[in-house]
Amino acid sequence: MDFLDMFLTIGFWGATVRMATPLIFGTLGELICERAGVLNLGIEGIMTTGAMVAWMWVYQGGDLWSAVFVAAFFGMMFGYLHSMFSVYMGLSQHVTGIGITLLSTSLSYYSFRMLLPDATTPPKIIPFDEYAVPFLSDIPVIGDAFFTQSPLTYVAFLMVGVVSYILYRTPVGLAVRMVGENPMAVEVQGIDVYRVRTGAVMVGSAFMAVGGAFLTISVFDAFYFDMINGRGWICVALVIFASWRPGKALLGAMLFAAFDAIQIRVQQASSSFIPYQFYLMMPYVFSIFALIIMSRKAAYPKALLVPFRRGQR
Amino acid sequence: MQLEPRLHTPLWMTLGAPVFAVLFVLILCGGLISWAGAPLLDSYIALFRGAFGSKFAIAETLVRATPLILTGLAAAVAFRAKLWNIGGEGQLYMGALAATYFGTGLVNLPAPLMIPFLFLVGALAGGFLLLVPTLLKTRLNVDEVVTTLLLNFVVLLLANYLLFGPWKDPMAMGWPQGAPIIDNGILPNLIAKTRLHGGLIFALIASVCIWVVMTKTKWGLEIRAVGLNSEAARFSGIPINKTILRTALISGGLAACAGVTEVAGTKEYLTLDISPGFGYTGIAVAMLAGLNPLGVIVAALFIAGIYNGADSMSRAMDVSNYIADVITAASLLMVMLAVMLTRMRVRFK
Repeated sequence: MDFLDMFLTIGFWGATVRMATPLIFGTLGELICERAGVLNLGIEGIMTTGAMVAWMWVYQGGDLWSAVFVAAFFGMMFGYLHSMFSVYMGLSQHVTGIGITLLSTSLSYYSFRMLLPDATTPPKIIPFDEYAVPFLSDIPVIGDAFFTQSPLTYVAFLMVGVVSYILYRTPVGLAVRMVGENPMAVEVQGIDVYRVRTGAVMVGSAFMAVGGAFLTISVFDAFYFDMINGRGWICVALVIFASWRPGKALLGAMLFAAFDAIQIRVQQASSSFIPYQFYLMMPYVFSIFALIIMSRKAAYPKALLVPFRRGQR
Repeated sequence: MQLEPRLHTPLWMTLGAPVFAVLFVLILCGGLISWAGAPLLDSYIALFRGAFGSKFAIAETLVRATPLILTGLAAAVAFRAKLWNIGGEGQLYMGALAATYFGTGLVNLPAPLMIPFLFLVGALAGGFLLLVPTLLKTRLNVDEVVTTLLLNFVVLLLANYLLFGPWKDPMAMGWPQGAPIIDNGILPNLIAKTRLHGGLIFALIASVCIWVVMTKTKWGLEIRAVGLNSEAARFSGIPINKTILRTALISGGLAACAGVTEVAGTKEYLTLDISPGFGYTGIAVAMLAGLNPLGVIVAALFIAGIYNGADSMSRAMDVSNYIADVITAASLLMVMLAVMLTRMRVRFK
């Protein structure tokens, strides 16, 4: 039956892994911020910025790997701005995040227009080529789906392990998790809560920006306005779905991407009787349902959304 | 660095803080304008002329301010109760869809009844749309920020489907737009030869009503109490969930009315671009106004002026009109900071 065939094809799994990549970066980034007690709603805009600057860097003659670092740097800068408001000044994390999203999105669009005033059809670059991992890519099915991907995809999978290790096995990770649970206790230990939170938001934002960059320098070869299209918000939902654990975040991103890949294939098969807009709604509806299922027992980091003010209780 | 509460905030500081913050933003954004190679002073003069320089410009700014007042009020009311309604955009389109459904021939009443009827059905549609994430929040502990944000995309796709599918006006030469609103439902024109329509009057009345509700009534007190300290509110016997649901109905309804003014006033039919992000910009308007319903009017006028001014400046000076979005976003952040600094003192140690 051709419906079953869809799931068994290599193309399906390859597409799933590819679509999961920006979500893995974004979800890890948001997870790091929230583990430190800061909700970063700047994610949508920071991903846009990452997508724009990485693409622009390559378009202006930079190479692909340095573009990833440029994106990460810009992500960090917006993360720093976010933490100036939300950490040091203790302002509302919701409003700060929305403000950062609006600011980074509009600055990206403005810069794009200023640097390329005459671009009517989006100009193109040569994106990352697929890299077949030696030996592993020779395994049937799995090799083609998981080990013949963009190099950035391998980085994303690697980062799940790295973030997991740092969060649970190192003193830095302990400090990050503690400022998200009980900042007062961290302060007593002589660790600067502001610095830990700022660092976490900056690193998290760098991840988000790289997730955005993946779209323009790996999946597509051009920058379009509105290309993030709610992926950032979906990452925020995925963090809750993953109960703030990197491993589950990977699982959530993969599930979500698989769902998205199915959706596209079913849509192609049945577009005659169900309008395509309803398929496009599915990722958002799916995220909402995932939230409903997971929220009942969601164990939020205790100090999430709570600003820390030194010397006050 | 440490923050301490100020014991007393002088009046000049309260009033001056937003003005100072906005001026600071305009100076910062001057850098972006210079980067575009345009003369700074002339650009800002062109921006001001485009916003308030003629009768026509003022009318256009008022047209743009109308939906912003309503989405700004929606955010201001919800944020007071710490209900983080970021779904203004979706609620706006929901109101527009309701107005199109009922206003294109299904119901035909004389104008004095038809127009309030359209606002009513629009407000109900938007209110109920926000009620869904709010019920999920109060009953199942689902974070409303994410759900309201995601619903924006769902509603926009629904509108997209309707306008490319069953609701497409066959008379519109293939453009995806709805059938025109019937004559009795069109908001009356206020100044001949401009697009200024009665939606402005509605928005102004709504601001005053919301101000009265928020400052003079039990409902307003309950909403503010829930936002300030929901534990304390619970102990003093305020029904928390009921208050939050009531806030949601009001907030969603206000945002939806912005959709009604656009469909029944500015455009006179539904398109997919009736809102260039009014729902999101409403958040900036509300923050600029310090969540004060009367301040929302001033903030909406300012933001509308920036957008219209930037449009005409971009034509004259070759500066991308995305500068308006930059100014709005930066003002949102800076005003929030400035307002906090009127309440807190920074001590460096």
